[in-house]
Amino acid sequence: MKRYQPIQLVFILLGSLILLFILAPLLGMFFETSPQSLFETAKDKEVTGSIWLTIWTSMAATSLFAVAAIPLAYLLARKKFPLKKLVTGIIDLPIVIPNSAAGIAILGFVSRDTLMGKMGSAIGLNFIGNPAGIAIAMAFVSIPYLINTARDGFAGVPERTEKAALTLGATPARVFFTISLPLAWRNVVSGLILMFARGMSEFGAVIVVAYHPMITPVLIYERLGAFGLKYARPVSVLFILISLSLFIILRMLSTEKNDNPFPRKKKMRK
Amino acid sequence: MLEVKNITYHAGEFSLKSVSLTVYKGDYFILLGESGAGKSMLLETIAGLIHPESGSLLLEGHDITHQKIQNRKIGLVFQDHAVFLHMTVYENISYSLHGRKLSHEVKKERVRQVAEQLSISGLLDRRPSTLSGGELQRVALARTLIQQPRVLLLDEPLASLDSRIKSYLRSQLRKIHRQGQTILHVTHDYEEALSLGNRIAVIHNGSVIQEGTPEEVFGNPKSEFVAHFVGARNFFKSRLTGENNNSIALVEKTLPVRLLSPDTGPEGFILIRGEDIILSNDPFDSSATNNFEGTITDIIPGVRGIDVVVDAGIRLHALITAESLAHLELTEGKKIWLHFKATAVKFIPA
Repeated sequence: MKRYQPIQLVFILLGSLILLFILAPLLGMFFETSPQSLFETAKDKEVTGSIWLTIWTSMAATSLFAVAAIPLAYLLARKKFPLKKLVTGIIDLPIVIPNSAAGIAILGFVSRDTLMGKMGSAIGLNFIGNPAGIAIAMAFVSIPYLINTARDGFAGVPERTEKAALTLGATPARVFFTISLPLAWRNVVSGLILMFARGMSEFGAVIVVAYHPMITPVLIYERLGAFGLKYARPVSVLFILISLSLFIILRMLSTEKNDNPFPRKKKMRK
Repeated sequence: MLEVKNITYHAGEFSLKSVSLTVYKGDYFILLGESGAGKSMLLETIAGLIHPESGSLLLEGHDITHQKIQNRKIGLVFQDHAVFLHMTVYENISYSLHGRKLSHEVKKERVRQVAEQLSISGLLDRRPSTLSGGELQRVALARTLIQQPRVLLLDEPLASLDSRIKSYLRSQLRKIHRQGQTILHVTHDYEEALSLGNRIAVIHNGSVIQEGTPEEVFGNPKSEFVAHFVGARNFFKSRLTGENNNSIALVEKTLPVRLLSPDTGPEGFILIRGEDIILSNDPFDSSATNNFEGTITDIIPGVRGIDVVVDAGIRLHALITAESLAHLELTEGKKIWLHFKATAVKFIPA
C-alpha cells in the first residue's frame, strides 16, 4: 500500500475535481438522452448532413492551410530574423481574439465587394454562406495550434542531425523532407489533429461568415433556440460521440507509426 | 592538401582569430585544445556549415571558402554521432549515395564494403536506438567514409565513450588512416593526440599556438600554455625492453627508465611531469627506482616554479620551488642527482 504525502493527496483531490468538472456535464447529458431519441436523430438527414459538412470543411481547411503553415513552423523553429517576436505574437492573435469578432473581420475581408470576394467570384466561388467561407473561418481560429505544435516538433529535431545530412550531400530541401519532417512528424500530426478538432468545434467565427449551410455547432444552437434543450441534446450527444471516435482513431493511427525517436540523451558539453 | 589561412569568425563567446594550419595528404592531423577553444567551430568552417568572416580555405589547391557544403567532399563526424534515429543503419550509411544514379546492387555492395571495414556488417538492419555508443560512432564513420571524402573531420569522436571502446575505436581510426584517409581530428585529450597523430596543432582561445610533430610540440613547447596543457615537459620517444614484461623504457636509445609495465606494443613515448622529479646533491636510497646523475644545463624561473634542466644522457626538466633551489645551492654546471618513481612515468603507445 503506497503511502502518499499530504501534498500529493491535495493535488490528487484537486485534479479529480477538475476531471469531474469536465466529465460531469458530459455524462449528465449522455444519461439524459434516451437511446431512442439518439437513434432518431441519427436518421435525421439535416443532422447527419450537418455533421458531415462540419467534418469535411474542417478537414479541407486543415489540409489546405497545412501546406503553408508547416513550412512557417519550420522557419520559426530554425531561423532567427528581426521581428521574430512580433511574428510569433501575430500567430497567436486568433486565440486571443473573440471568435465572433474574428468572424466580422473575415466577413469584411471576403465579402463580394472586396478584393478576395472579387477574386473568388471570378472563379465562381462565393465565400459568404458557403462551405468555403466556413473553411476560412475554421482555419483562422485553429491555425495557431498547428503552427505552434509543429514548431515545437521542429525545434526538437537536433540541428546537428540536419547539419550531418548537409555534409552527406543533401540539399536543404532533401534535409527538410528526409530528416526534419520525419523526426518532427509526431508533433506535426498532433498539430494537424488539434487544428482539425478546433476547426470542427468553432461556432462564433463561422456563424458570422456562414450561418448557412449549418455546421453542427450552429445547428445545435439553432435547435436550442427554436425547440429547446430536449431537441438540442441528442444532436449534441451524437456530434460528441462521432467527434470523439474520430479523434481516438486519428490518435491511435498516429502513435502506431512512430516509436519515440528521442530516448533521453545526455547533453554534451562542447 | 588542406590549407586553412587566417580564418576568422566570431559567435558570441567563442571565436576563431586568424587561424592557419596545413594538413598534408595522408596526415593524421590532431587539433588539440580545451573545450571552447574554437576547435569545433573550425571544423564546421572547413565543412562549410559556417562561413568565415575572413580568411580562406584551399582544398587541393582550389579555393573552397564559400563553396556549398554539398560540393566539398569533406566528411564530418560529430562527437554525439548525430546518426539518423528514424532510419536503419543501412539507410544511414547509404544516405549520401542518393541521387547518384547508382543501381540498387551497387549501392548495396558499397554499403557492405564500408560496413565490413568498420566491423558493423551485422548491424545493417538494426535501428540506432538499439545500438551502443561505440556502434553508433562506427555507423557515423561508415556513412561519412562511404562518400570517400578528401578529408575526414572528426570532432572529439571518442569523448563520450568508455575507455575499452575508446581503444578499440582508436585502432579502427588508425586502420582507416593506414588505408590512405587524410584525417583532421579534434580533441582535448593529449594522450589521444599523441597516440594517433603524426602532426599536432595546439589551439587556445581561438588561435593556433603551436604546430608540428608530436615531438616538436611536446618536446619543445613554445609557450607555458602548451607545456601546462600537457602537464609535462619530459616527453621522449622510447622503446620498451626489459626482462619483467617491458618494465624498462629505453629513452632515445640512451637512458633506461623504469616504469610500470604497460600492456601495449613496444614503440611509444614516455611522459614525466616536471614536478614528479626530485633533485638531490647526493644520491640516496628510496622507493624511487629511477635515479640518474646529470649536469644542470639551465635554470629557468617560470610562473609555476623553477624549471631546472638537467642533462642525464637526455635533457630532463625538473620543476622545483625557489626555496629548494636556494636550499640545494643549485647553479648551472653543477652535478646533480635526479630521482623519480616508476609510477611517475607515463607510457603512450605509438
